[in-house]
Amino acid sequence: MTSIDRADGYVAAATPAARDRRRRRRIDPVRLLSTVLPPVLILAVLLIGWEVAVNVTGVRPQVLPTPSRVLSEGWGQREAIEMHTKATLQVTLVGFAFSLLVAWVIAVVVDFSGWLRRGVMPLLVASQTIPIVAIAPLMIIWFGFGLMPKVLVVALATFFPIAVGLVEGFNKADREASNLLRSMGAGRFTEFRYVRLPSAMPSFFTALRISITYAVVGAIFAEYVGAEKGLGIYMSMQKNAFRTDLVLAAVVVSAVLSIALYLVTFLVERLVIPWSFKERKARHAD
Amino acid sequence: MPTEQEQVTAVPRIEVRDLAKQFAVRGGVREVVDNVSFDVAPGEFVSVIGPSGCGKSTMFNILAGLETPTSGEVRVDGRDAIGHREHFAYMPQKDLLFPWRTIAENAALGLEVQGVPRRKARAQARELFPAFGLAGFEDSHPFELSGGMRQRAALLRTVVQGREILLLDEPFGALDSLTRIEMQNWLQGVWSDHSWTAVLITHDIREAVYLSDRVIVLSARPTRVRLDVRIDLERPRDLAVTTSAEFAAYEQQLIEVLHDESRKAFAQQQEGLAS
Repeated sequence: MTSIDRADGYVAAATPAARDRRRRRRIDPVRLLSTVLPPVLILAVLLIGWEVAVNVTGVRPQVLPTPSRVLSEGWGQREAIEMHTKATLQVTLVGFAFSLLVAWVIAVVVDFSGWLRRGVMPLLVASQTIPIVAIAPLMIIWFGFGLMPKVLVVALATFFPIAVGLVEGFNKADREASNLLRSMGAGRFTEFRYVRLPSAMPSFFTALRISITYAVVGAIFAEYVGAEKGLGIYMSMQKNAFRTDLVLAAVVVSAVLSIALYLVTFLVERLVIPWSFKERKARHAD
Repeated sequence: MPTEQEQVTAVPRIEVRDLAKQFAVRGGVREVVDNVSFDVAPGEFVSVIGPSGCGKSTMFNILAGLETPTSGEVRVDGRDAIGHREHFAYMPQKDLLFPWRTIAENAALGLEVQGVPRRKARAQARELFPAFGLAGFEDSHPFELSGGMRQRAALLRTVVQGREILLLDEPFGALDSLTRIEMQNWLQGVWSDHSWTAVLITHDIREAVYLSDRVIVLSARPTRVRLDVRIDLERPRDLAVTTSAEFAAYEQQLIEVLHDESRKAFAQQQEGLAS
């Protein structure tokens, strides 16, 4: 190459070979361990402390069971819990899909119309002040015990962060980039497609992560109020039977479910916007 | 460079006549651009310098068709060009390469926006990579490139659109001085090969003299043309010319006028703060 490249100095670090080296560093067992180990250790210490405290004080299991009892009793009920978990997962996924659809439609419409933005945003904020505790039983009265009311509760609990994340993401697009696109002859739609939409993707995934943790909780809450099956109604029934251990076993399952869905968002993000990871990594390397 | 004869007969590529732009501000009207007139001949490289805060960027936006002037005319090849965006290829100060696109995809952006099929646009952009010192980086992402390379990729994205005129808004302003000199040197070389018509906004007098056929100095706000100097240095130029006596004389002439205007602009800003 020419003398210009040498003057840049940086070039050697950016050759494809260097990029491969950087890529290989990704699966580093030491780093993986250093991320996974601390939470596991802390959790283990907490659980052991709990186990010991219950055994020493002799609290009745109806009040507070030991973690080992929660696990063993939960394992004994695994078939029932599995059936209820599947129902909850279905409500969560259908509800969240519906929530995504609503959030995208609102965000895109609002992005194209300042008038609608001013009209719709306050309503969205107002929708978040509705206490779900009050609205969930009404949903059952209106829509029965089927999937519909639960999907609506999940959507109500999760669409807002996604919609706001998207609206703000679209606005994160560089104004000068919009000018550049306009100078190339782009109209509003082309500008949206080439600049605003991709610019919004990192914010979208951040919002997605926040709201997916609400999704499982929302589904369980909807089921708690009234359902034929699901972890929510299972918890409610076990509570009424003073089976605190089984309530907690269901809680553990729902936590695992939430964490799993949370991790899936990273996977999806990596598939949809691989550039974002590479960019972040490149910035950290500097 | 065209001879005297050609300049008299040929229609200028760009004619700017009595261009004025006012903005409504609290308690009145602010004149940002005031009766600016100049011509640019086909194949000419013209630099525009002025104190910071003068209406350069506004003027550029008007040329690019992004803003409309309050009054005055812009003509390209004799035809009215106000509000038209198809004549000028615009290169902003920031490289604005999109991280979600590879360098080749970024370079092809303008063509894609104009409706050229994606594959054809990218192939067309790829052809220019060697000339821009970017061969081998077609499939890299912008964050993997140095500042100088990113700026060259941005210029490639501008040039590949095949428009009549390049509008360069301080393209090297964010680079370190060594890289900037290399970039100027390189631009001078490719420009000699292609003879694009180009208008360059810069703060750097040395850069303006080194690259241009003509340098236009703008006044403090409201912007007028304060000085229009023809740079009669032989092309192709190399770095040695920057230490010649002629070069120094041009720099001296421009620096005096520019500093005079900068002082006025600074005084305006002080007034603005005081009021």
